[in-house]
Amino acid sequence: MATAVTIQPERRVDLTPQATLPPPERRETVFDIRGLTARYGGVPAISDVSMEIYENLVTAVIGPSGCGKSTFIRCLNRMNDLVPAFRAEGEILYHGLDLHGPGIDPVAVRRRIGMVFQKPNPFPKSIYDNVAFGLRALGMKDGLDGRVEHALTQAALWDEVKGRLKMSALELSGGQQQRLCIARAIAVEPDVVLLDEPASALDPIATSSIEDLMHELKRDYTFVIVTHNMQQAARVADMTAFFSLSPAGEDGRRSGMLVEYDATQKIFTTPADRRTEDYVTGRFG
Amino acid sequence: MATTSPSLARAAELRRRGRFHPGDAALHGVTLVAALGAVALLALIAWKVVDQARPAMHRFGLHFLVSNTWDPGIHQVFGAAAFIFGTAVTSLGALLIAGPLSIAIALFLTELAPRWLRGPIGTLVEMLAAVPSVVVGLWGILVMGPFVANHLEPWLKHTFGFLPLFGGDPSIFGLLPAILVLTIMITPIVSSVSRELFLGVPQDLKEGALALGTTRWEMIRGVVLPYARSGIAAALILGLGRAVGEAIAVTQVIGGNVAIHWSLFRPGDTLASRIASQYQGATTKLQVGSIAYLATILLVFSLLANVAAQAIVRKVARRQPVIR
Repeated sequence: MATAVTIQPERRVDLTPQATLPPPERRETVFDIRGLTARYGGVPAISDVSMEIYENLVTAVIGPSGCGKSTFIRCLNRMNDLVPAFRAEGEILYHGLDLHGPGIDPVAVRRRIGMVFQKPNPFPKSIYDNVAFGLRALGMKDGLDGRVEHALTQAALWDEVKGRLKMSALELSGGQQQRLCIARAIAVEPDVVLLDEPASALDPIATSSIEDLMHELKRDYTFVIVTHNMQQAARVADMTAFFSLSPAGEDGRRSGMLVEYDATQKIFTTPADRRTEDYVTGRFG
Repeated sequence: MATTSPSLARAAELRRRGRFHPGDAALHGVTLVAALGAVALLALIAWKVVDQARPAMHRFGLHFLVSNTWDPGIHQVFGAAAFIFGTAVTSLGALLIAGPLSIAIALFLTELAPRWLRGPIGTLVEMLAAVPSVVVGLWGILVMGPFVANHLEPWLKHTFGFLPLFGGDPSIFGLLPAILVLTIMITPIVSSVSRELFLGVPQDLKEGALALGTTRWEMIRGVVLPYARSGIAAALILGLGRAVGEAIAVTQVIGGNVAIHWSLFRPGDTLASRIASQYQGATTKLQVGSIAYLATILLVFSLLANVAAQAIVRKVARRQPVIR
């Protein structure tokens, strides 16, 4: 057996031309994150992250494994509340309101800020009931059929499932299941949809249909997507944040940190930080 | 020509694979005997019970099931109807209380309780199952009986007395104490099985529901309970089987009375408790046969309940969602 010493060719990411990014003064801030540090049982997963996320744009969070991308995105809708021993410091201002402030109802937060997960997680119910679940729970029952159809249409799934809405969602393919989860998330009309590596379990065709979807839907929603696939970030995102691990501190621990955050075009062509450049060109060690 | 190359010799060693391994053979033999022994024992018990019951089956036939006379005196007439009725009322009554209670306990332990509390409470609930049934029965006579007769039954009569269930005079012995004793005895098993079921609900389904902005209760109602539904049915049937078969504790509190009536306050009897209380005093062949007939009914029901529970569990196992 030959030992696997292949020389990695320098990897350049193809940038598909994007609709032009609005100039900074025309961007509406949805999240203003200030000095966010998140810890599990006292161990920081991300330290001192500050960035703004803008409305009706797709913001990608990229970076190597273990740099806190998922932790970061799960802070944005307080999903980490479910994790015991989780603590967050700093502020996450959502339209000026601190999400971790006193009197904030995490249920209401998640209603405005939906989430799609890494592994498709349809409920073991029919396709229809998957989309209707959140609507029923939130009391959005008027015109339920219409809302379900609209959400499935938005998620580009309607034509494939319209004749079999009563079929179990578990019989759909992985890509269809993930689009169903997107339909489920947007059916309840959130402001923001967070996607945590939504395509990592999907084949390239399903991945591409999810990416097309984000292009279509960003007129109506603000997307934040975590991905470890740089091509994907380059294809879908307007803004890109590169996270990495900090150098080891006095205690020898490393935690996730934000290295650079800018327009996707800039991050992938003329990054300001050497570490970003190393990562996006595939020289990351 | 390298006829004795090392690799050839190594390959030749493989052919000894078919050799006799005494350890494996012994293991095979012992386990086979144990497994067959269990099957044989079940068959033997069933055959022996039915064989003993033969005189009564001959004499009363299926009429035994609907006759509610139990006269071991001169007339020697026996029937199981009162005991079947008593068994049904006490077991279903216990299930009606223990079911929701157990599901509540299991939900608390899996979804709501703070983490540090889950272990101790779970262990304590399961330890309830370790209390010998005769001790539960004794507690039933000494503590619960007086409480039921002096407080619970008068209150029930006062509040719901218009229902025939809560008519009659409060008493230490009766169907209601038997129901409560059985509730105590089946709650641990139903709640611990339910807890396992709830723990088996995938975290990503729960997160999926919560990410839609549902409350914890909506998540439990919409995802956790439906996911565990068939398993809960199986747990309830297991609990039912246990309640139907419980003899000692029930005998201690039920009062031993051959009657079919709707009052939960009055004494009654179940198949199991009648067998336990009468076997020693049985004098005639027909009475012994009738008791064995009761045992046959009990055996058939228990086996059916067990088969039903297993069938449900198998169905659930098949239905486990496969993410494609």
